[in-house]
Amino acid sequence: MDFTTFCWTTFAAFVTLATFSFLYKDNPFYKFAEHLVVGVSAGYFVIILWHQGLVTNLFQRLADGDAYFLWLNSDRWWYVIPALLGVMMWTRFSKQYSWVSRWPMGLYIGIATGIAIPLEMSNRVNKQLYAMMVQVDWSNFFGHGGFNLLDVNSGLSQLIVFTGAVSALVYFFFSKAHTGIFGGVAKFGIWILMIGFGASFGFTVMARISLFIQRVQFIDQSWIHNAMDTTNENYFWGFQAVFWIMILLIVGYIVKELMQFFGSKGRAESAGQ
Amino acid sequence: MKRQFPLFLVFIFGLFMVFQYFVPHETSEWVYEFLLDWILVIGIFALALGIWSLYKVSVDKIKTRKANWGYSYVTLFGLFVMILFGFTSQNGDSWGWYFIFVATVMLTIGMVIQAMVSSGQKGLSLILAGVFLVASVLIGMFDNAWSFHFYTAEGLQNSMFRAFFDHILIPILSTMFSLLAFFIASAAYRAFRARNLLASLLLLAALIVMLRFNPYLSPIFGDYMAKTSNWLMNVPNMAAQRAIVIGIGLGIVATALKVILGIERGYMGKG
Repeated sequence: MDFTTFCWTTFAAFVTLATFSFLYKDNPFYKFAEHLVVGVSAGYFVIILWHQGLVTNLFQRLADGDAYFLWLNSDRWWYVIPALLGVMMWTRFSKQYSWVSRWPMGLYIGIATGIAIPLEMSNRVNKQLYAMMVQVDWSNFFGHGGFNLLDVNSGLSQLIVFTGAVSALVYFFFSKAHTGIFGGVAKFGIWILMIGFGASFGFTVMARISLFIQRVQFIDQSWIHNAMDTTNENYFWGFQAVFWIMILLIVGYIVKELMQFFGSKGRAESAGQ
Repeated sequence: MKRQFPLFLVFIFGLFMVFQYFVPHETSEWVYEFLLDWILVIGIFALALGIWSLYKVSVDKIKTRKANWGYSYVTLFGLFVMILFGFTSQNGDSWGWYFIFVATVMLTIGMVIQAMVSSGQKGLSLILAGVFLVASVLIGMFDNAWSFHFYTAEGLQNSMFRAFFDHILIPILSTMFSLLAFFIASAAYRAFRARNLLASLLLLAALIVMLRFNPYLSPIFGDYMAKTSNWLMNVPNMAAQRAIVIGIGLGIVATALKVILGIERGYMGKG
């Protein structure tokens, strides 16, 4: 690892630790990292959308036209229209002309909602319904190759998926009172939902824990290890200097917080006396 | 005209897009692709509103000296430096005067903001902004080590752009997501108390799935923990997820219909 890369890694370690410091309390290091990520991510998306959205979908299509003629002499001049509509969106900030922005907004919302209706029905509702309605494997009802209730492909599991999904949908149906048989089905639905939420919750927790482990590994292996790695052919005293400056910064903040803590405690005690 | 015409547009384009889906003709598909391009372009222009809003909020915060106003400079620095990196790239091995150019552009922006937010000494800030602007323009004109690229994507390969992405954006975002592990744990304590049957089911399912991934406790229960966790994820969880996805799909369709028919008009704002 060369020194420049190590400096960047040190900065990455700094922002990682700064973000983790929120576990203690909201502090200047966390605020720095928080504000930095807002700006950098906004800038990042501006560039990505410019190069991968505007350039490919607008500028390249109007490339054969001339700016003098507002690109209306281009073979695909009609692409000027969405640009014009896009500019009309900017009137949103004017109190007097903000109504103009409703035109492109209306077009955008109309197209987007119009696309959403058949696509949502096809991609979410119908696909899930098709997947739910499978032929129950009666010959292997209690599991393949013997009694195995934990077999996910058994007929019983298929039946649980189907009845569970239908019951959960019944639970969400509030136009009829949840009483009698309907109430019983809804109750089974909420059981399935709770088991599902529990499993999803546990899975999410473990995913976050693995992310946490990955960040700790980054601090340990990518930062501390490289700071001390004398076998690195680019190694010189600067690696340790950068590392110890960072450590000093962290220790300095901890000392400041401790002094503040004991100072306020001492003041509270003297005020009590 | 101010409120009726947008509703008319939503209705016409909404209905058209619903019906074109069922017309398997190449003209219909062409129109579909064409309108998709349109909304993509309009959407990107709308992003400028968001960026302007971020800029305005940050500058206003500095101007009114609200709590933590100093950090708004960090946000603005991150925003503008990333945009600058994304539009420039190195031509050879040397960077030339590139970093001085970046510094002068940042100082120009900083001085313009300073002129906007300060009540006095606006003249000095504007003069300094002008000096830095002239310096950056001169560097931009005479330094051949790097160049601007507005219509080609060389900026995405700029090593500084990539460095900011790899060493600032990714570490902070992944650390923020990993922080949720701690907050979710405290939420779990409240949610998992076995007060009744439903809470107990939630607790049990979550515990089994979590223990399955625990390298120390999972071996104690042998193969059963993995199999039970797998069954929970693929059977009851699958059933619940299917119901939720179907519910979301129907909800989106219902909301979209309300929008097309003009019942839901929140997107138009006030006035």
